[in-house]
Amino acid sequence: MTLVTTLYVGLFYATTIILVVGVALRIKKYAQAPAPLKIPTMPAPRTQTGVALRMFREVVFFESLFRANKWTWIFGWLFHFGLLLVLLRHLRYFTEPVWFWVNWIQPFGKYAAFAMVIGLLGLWGRRFLVDRVRYISTPSDHLILALLVGIGLSGLGMTYIAHTDIVALKSFVLGLMYFSPQPLPADLFLLTHLGLVALLMIIFPISKLMHAPGVFFSPTRNQTDSSRERRHVTPWAQPVEAVQSGKQ
Amino acid sequence: MADFEVPVLNEYPIIPKVKEGVMAHSSPFLAAEKFQTPLGYPGELPDNWKEVAIDKMGELLGKYRSLQVFLDICVHCGACTDKCHYYLGTSDAKNMPGARQELLRKVYRRYFTFAGKYFPKLVGAVDLTKEVLDDWYSYFHQCSQCRRCSVFCPYGIDTAEISMAAREILDTVGQGQKYCNEIIGKVFVIGNNLGLPEPALRDTLEGLEEEVEEDTGVKVRFPLDEKGAEVLLVTPSADFFAEPHVDGLIGYGKVFHEAGISWTVSSKASEASNFGMFIGSYENMRRVALRIREAAAELGVKRIIFGECGHAWRVAYSFLNTLAGPFDFLDPKYPVPQHICEFTNNLIKENKLRLNKEENDHMKLTFHDSCNVARGAGMGNVEGGQFTIPREIIKACCNYFYDMPKDTIHDATFCCGGGGGLLTDDLMELRVKGAQPRMEALKRVTEDYGVTNLAAICAICKSQFAKTLPYYGFTMDQIVSVHQLVSNAIVLKGSEQEAELDGTAE
Repeated sequence: MTLVTTLYVGLFYATTIILVVGVALRIKKYAQAPAPLKIPTMPAPRTQTGVALRMFREVVFFESLFRANKWTWIFGWLFHFGLLLVLLRHLRYFTEPVWFWVNWIQPFGKYAAFAMVIGLLGLWGRRFLVDRVRYISTPSDHLILALLVGIGLSGLGMTYIAHTDIVALKSFVLGLMYFSPQPLPADLFLLTHLGLVALLMIIFPISKLMHAPGVFFSPTRNQTDSSRERRHVTPWAQPVEAVQSGKQ
Repeated sequence: MADFEVPVLNEYPIIPKVKEGVMAHSSPFLAAEKFQTPLGYPGELPDNWKEVAIDKMGELLGKYRSLQVFLDICVHCGACTDKCHYYLGTSDAKNMPGARQELLRKVYRRYFTFAGKYFPKLVGAVDLTKEVLDDWYSYFHQCSQCRRCSVFCPYGIDTAEISMAAREILDTVGQGQKYCNEIIGKVFVIGNNLGLPEPALRDTLEGLEEEVEEDTGVKVRFPLDEKGAEVLLVTPSADFFAEPHVDGLIGYGKVFHEAGISWTVSSKASEASNFGMFIGSYENMRRVALRIREAAAELGVKRIIFGECGHAWRVAYSFLNTLAGPFDFLDPKYPVPQHICEFTNNLIKENKLRLNKEENDHMKLTFHDSCNVARGAGMGNVEGGQFTIPREIIKACCNYFYDMPKDTIHDATFCCGGGGGLLTDDLMELRVKGAQPRMEALKRVTEDYGVTNLAAICAICKSQFAKTLPYYGFTMDQIVSVHQLVSNAIVLKGSEQEAELDGTAE
């Protein structure tokens, strides 16, 4: 095995652990933090089914963002759904035989990469062009965009400029999955692409990228409008109740 | 009239260019020790305030999922940046919701996150300093906790939650706000925000009985502390005191009278509003809420009805059952609590009120959705009832009703500019500027439909508009209570108005 292969094998095992454990710990924190008072943004659904639908519209269509700002919405949606298709397309490198529906979306997935990059550039442009967004942007906001654009462009580079040895890549990926490392084709686009993906996996749990799992824990979106019907006393409020009852 | 520039009202809303620090001078008076102590807070900044503040932040992160999640997941997309009435009215950068949240978030990052501990510059994390603390004090008192930003945020991040947490941290390091904390103290000692003692209340209510009898010839009662009444009415103390609030109270009294339902005000719970929410204090909010439970139990009522009060209704609808329940001693037939608008609208639907719309023909009305009713509560057990029910009442009482532009009503409504503990004279500049988006929408319907009056169901909105309308070329009496319209239109059985309408007058 070459040095490059060894490096990338080590890198991917490490980053996978960081991503999975990091995100799990974060989610545990969100899940365990109590929500002592009902604070859905009203009007809110009165049933759990209604809440599931609200969350579905939020996550799939970016409903609130659509109401807020059409430019951010169109670029944001292009990026996220481009990314989703691209990720699904990438499943072909992780499955043998390739699932039929992955083959099915393959052609769309290839073009989705353009949507993804265009969306990212649009969002990035807003950080320079719109004074309000410029004001609230931090260096890390720019760097995360740069990282994602880098991933997109290096991926596109392999599709349209310099093909990598895709068969060898697939055996490398499957090798990782089944703990029998295979050599990694050492060309520039691929190494850049994989290196940037690894970096993204590392920063995911410690950055704003946590918005992806985080949105499901947002109390203003995931609660029902039911507070007149049901009490929601949280464990930490019990001692408050006891102390104050003692005073009466 | 003002020692600051009153914003202009444009034909169509214009999003202002970002300006830095133009409202940095805006800060409410600090609470003196005598107002801090009764609430359990220190009177001044302790020597180890930094540790205290950071510890408190850590405690709150563990207590509120909202805070933990909201501080973590903002992506700085900018969706919220043009949604705050204080930003639109002042153009101060830190009045953009995302930027306001960032004041707390950058300290959170520094002390509680890996990235902020090791790469502070990269993620915009800063140490907690006195300058940062002062910035918190200034700008978290430029947020009226109206939740408009949370409607538009793709993750539902609610700046109200963050500003409540910030104010609680400020309180624990002796940096409380005089207006809120003095009022909470008054509620504990006297029973209401305005500090009206029982004899004054009794006097006022008797005065109202005389006034209504003079106007209508009917003896409508306004009872105080009457045991065995069916309904406990909990209403903002402004209703006992000032125009147009008191006209709303007269309206409630007439509705109860026509419905033949006995009711009473309680001197112990003679205040609907709960300023404990404004300062983010669960303990104080609960203490304030418990007075209502105690009053209801002592008076032996069957149901609790809240008067027209926006934030009170949020606490009542969304928190009261949790904070002071279970209300198993009340009649389970009715929701606990009920809003006076739900009560009146039910009667209208059942045809139990005779309403003469012509009595309101001198007015063309629009309705201001109060932020905390619109985005913090509900009505009528149907999604969006808080929008339809007050409008149904107005339309049943008035011939002329026109809504303001769509993006300024319902859940996109603008705060009046004085909510969330900011209705104090030491924040007058902020209040006037924060009213700009609402005033602009009002101007539109004034010009398009000849609207003359703005109806509201919140004591803060009413007081705020009475004060700020004149700055924009309107008059203070253009703000009216919804139940004032009911009061005008209602034809009491046996009244002079009834006789006149039916042609049986002498």
